[in-house]
Amino acid sequence: MSDTESRDSREVEQSDTEDGYEPRDIFGTTTEMDLRSGADNCTKVGTCDAECPVAEVDDDFPGPQFQGPEQWRLSSKGDVEIDDSVTKCSNCLRCDSGCPSGVPFSEMHNTARAKYVLEDQPLSIKKIRNRILANYRTSAWLASKLPRTANFFMNNGIVRWLMEKTMKIPSEREFPEFATQTFREWWAERGGEATSKERAQEARAQRGDAPVHSDEKRVAYFHGCYSNYNTTQVAKSMVRAYESLGYEITVPKQKCSGTPMFANGRVDDARRHAKVNVEHLGDAIEDGYDVICTCSSCSLALRQEYPDLFDLDGIDELAAHTYDALEYLRIHEDLEAELEGATVDAPDVAYHAPCHSRNQGLGRQAVELFADVDGVAVTDVGDSCSGISGTYGWKAEKYETSMAIGEEMFEHMEAVDAETGMTECPTCAMQMEHGTGYEIMHPIEVLETALT
Amino acid sequence: MAIDSDVLVIGGGIAGLSAALSAAREGAEVRLVTEAETTLHHASGLLDVLGYTPDGEGPVVDPFATIGDLPDSHPYAIVGERTVRDGLAMIDEVLGETYRGEHTDANALVPTHGGTVKPTARYPASVAAGLASDDRDVLLVDFERLTGFDAGVAADHLADGGIPAETSAATVEFPVTVRDDAKVTRYAHLLDENPTVTVDGRDRHVRAALADAIDPHTGDAKRVGLPAVLGVDHPAEIRAELGERLDAAVFEVPMGPPSVLGTRLEDWLYAVLDDAGVEIEAGGGPIVNFDADDRTISEVYMDRSGSPIPYGAEQYVLATGDVAGGGIDSDRDGVAEPIFDCHVPHPSDRYEWFNDDAFGDHAFVTFGVVVDETLRPIDDADDPEFANLRAAGAVIGGYDYPAEKSASGVSIATGYAAGRHAAREV
Repeated sequence: MSDTESRDSREVEQSDTEDGYEPRDIFGTTTEMDLRSGADNCTKVGTCDAECPVAEVDDDFPGPQFQGPEQWRLSSKGDVEIDDSVTKCSNCLRCDSGCPSGVPFSEMHNTARAKYVLEDQPLSIKKIRNRILANYRTSAWLASKLPRTANFFMNNGIVRWLMEKTMKIPSEREFPEFATQTFREWWAERGGEATSKERAQEARAQRGDAPVHSDEKRVAYFHGCYSNYNTTQVAKSMVRAYESLGYEITVPKQKCSGTPMFANGRVDDARRHAKVNVEHLGDAIEDGYDVICTCSSCSLALRQEYPDLFDLDGIDELAAHTYDALEYLRIHEDLEAELEGATVDAPDVAYHAPCHSRNQGLGRQAVELFADVDGVAVTDVGDSCSGISGTYGWKAEKYETSMAIGEEMFEHMEAVDAETGMTECPTCAMQMEHGTGYEIMHPIEVLETALT
Repeated sequence: MAIDSDVLVIGGGIAGLSAALSAAREGAEVRLVTEAETTLHHASGLLDVLGYTPDGEGPVVDPFATIGDLPDSHPYAIVGERTVRDGLAMIDEVLGETYRGEHTDANALVPTHGGTVKPTARYPASVAAGLASDDRDVLLVDFERLTGFDAGVAADHLADGGIPAETSAATVEFPVTVRDDAKVTRYAHLLDENPTVTVDGRDRHVRAALADAIDPHTGDAKRVGLPAVLGVDHPAEIRAELGERLDAAVFEVPMGPPSVLGTRLEDWLYAVLDDAGVEIEAGGGPIVNFDADDRTISEVYMDRSGSPIPYGAEQYVLATGDVAGGGIDSDRDGVAEPIFDCHVPHPSDRYEWFNDDAFGDHAFVTFGVVVDETLRPIDDADDPEFANLRAAGAVIGGYDYPAEKSASGVSIATGYAAGRHAAREV
């Protein structure tokens, strides 16, 4: 067929509409999430499988290319059950960043996992355990009522032996310590928003860089579960650092971001929590606040997973107004000038960039930020995954895989001339501590020391 | 406020990395933003300059001697032969012993995974012993279950091509039983880590066991070619050990994506940029918008899940690639450069953008921005689109790099030049 012939035939086909062409709706409309375009984008180049840290250590895991586009095609053909290997995916999102064709892996995996757990997975101890792990907020809330007792029992040998036997929670792991006072209790005792406003205004008056009374410089803090119930020092550092720069803070009502729920297929639970978050954070956004997070998985959930998975009023506005706590200051403040000449009294640190920070493009910001600050040397330990992936490493049957993935990071941490670790993700921090015995800091803690 | 630097490079391919390095070497504070941190995982790892002329003549023996014959609109003609050489010299210097080819102006002929030979100016040290011009007998080895490289087909194809050496082929079992479609990185990491495996009741390290498996097939071969999976972190060490055990020169055959050679090149270049003080921000989203005043760009905006993240700089380098890379976009109405809307000449009839023959001459391959002698994109009246924007690599139009085999060379030369021009304006 020559060029002219083929062209003519196309023109004939199109000539029945006024503009010469009218797109036709071939696939019909549907209210279900349509991932067909994602599956069609896949060219089977296999970079996703090459980047996958689970496929790297586990030959029984078919890899993201199967879990995403191939399984979608299979299951859309009819009554095919989702393969249970989807529960082996750790939700690190490296397939997302590796794909040259924009296949929405995480969205496909979350959807497939939810379908598997909610429709296909038979009831078992593991299924119940996964739901308990997914709803960490509930356990943490209970534990926070009697934190000292909880701390005693959760790391008691007999209790842990029983937990391993009955609930398949690996006894090797150390349970995170519960704070004797939650961040929210501390915040309320300190005087909440009113105190924050006062302190921010004092700072603004001292700095003279912004009007003392102004509606600018206001942030709503999404602390998530972990810095509320466990590492409250991270949340407090964030408050002090932001106030010292003149920011007024509010701490809206909130629930779990949903990260552990997506990873365990409990999209039903996640949706309930998301509704509360979108409503209350949305109110703050309407009042002129931006939302900031200190946990990289929380910010990822609010920014990416929410609009991917849920159709709620205000969800896109929330995604567009949510930032990581350091990222926000890098955009709105001249941090280089703020930190010029600053000396901090902090140990040198081996820094691990969490997968969920890297996925937001934030994997290098902590290293860059502290490069010229005296008193702390920050060394990046490279691009390996820590392997814990939230609740993943908290399952007895995944423990070995989790530690095998983490091996490279542990080695790199040991090779660095530092005895302390640093990361933004609370579960990466657990894994770093578990593998090396180091104490682990959050970058915002170092920033607070430098600024105040 | 914005996240500031002197020079902002947009794009993380060879062009962006070259621009960032050359600007940093001129003393500028440089930031590189790239949508994905894995761009070069899809690259072959070979750095070509010119393999064929625009008329399809070739393979070209001396690409530098051919530059003078190129049309005036070709990126090489715009920057000049001297800049092509200087850019390559910068890359030669930072890659050091890991890359070869700088000893001659002539192209090397590198056998690739299908047994075809690619003319290229620079190549990883690991493929050096495989050159098609070498007359030592060669054994190609593939692994059961490894897809993407068939040693028998490649050896036959090379022999048909008339290489001056005897070729033979063998398929061996990799000492660790991996799953059926394991990716190249799985093999590479096993060879990097070199754990102990039990083979025929004997405890052997993986590298030693692999050599044991290949040894019975070597015969008179003085060279042994393996798929390019010989480690991401310790390639030289792995190659040396296998070579010693086999008493032959061991080399890698470049494969398609995902590519271990491309991954290594990316690791090395990222480390070089890190040492040069370049800030790299990868994976945060695409640059989608900008503010400008009187044809001077003040800020660009990254789209991160709907939040506009502002980046400010005095000078900008656009290294976003061509149609395939996303640096040039098209729809039913036309072809455009999507960030700054720089002028992209193209036929108004979209049926003239392509050829019905899949391997024919497609016009879209040459679509891209038009640049002046300092690599500033120009508008249809030949005026610079912006005073402080330069372009590098495949986003520049006017040449057909897949046919010419000139992608890396144009990226290095224009990246080097754009980075220098930008830094000198700071």
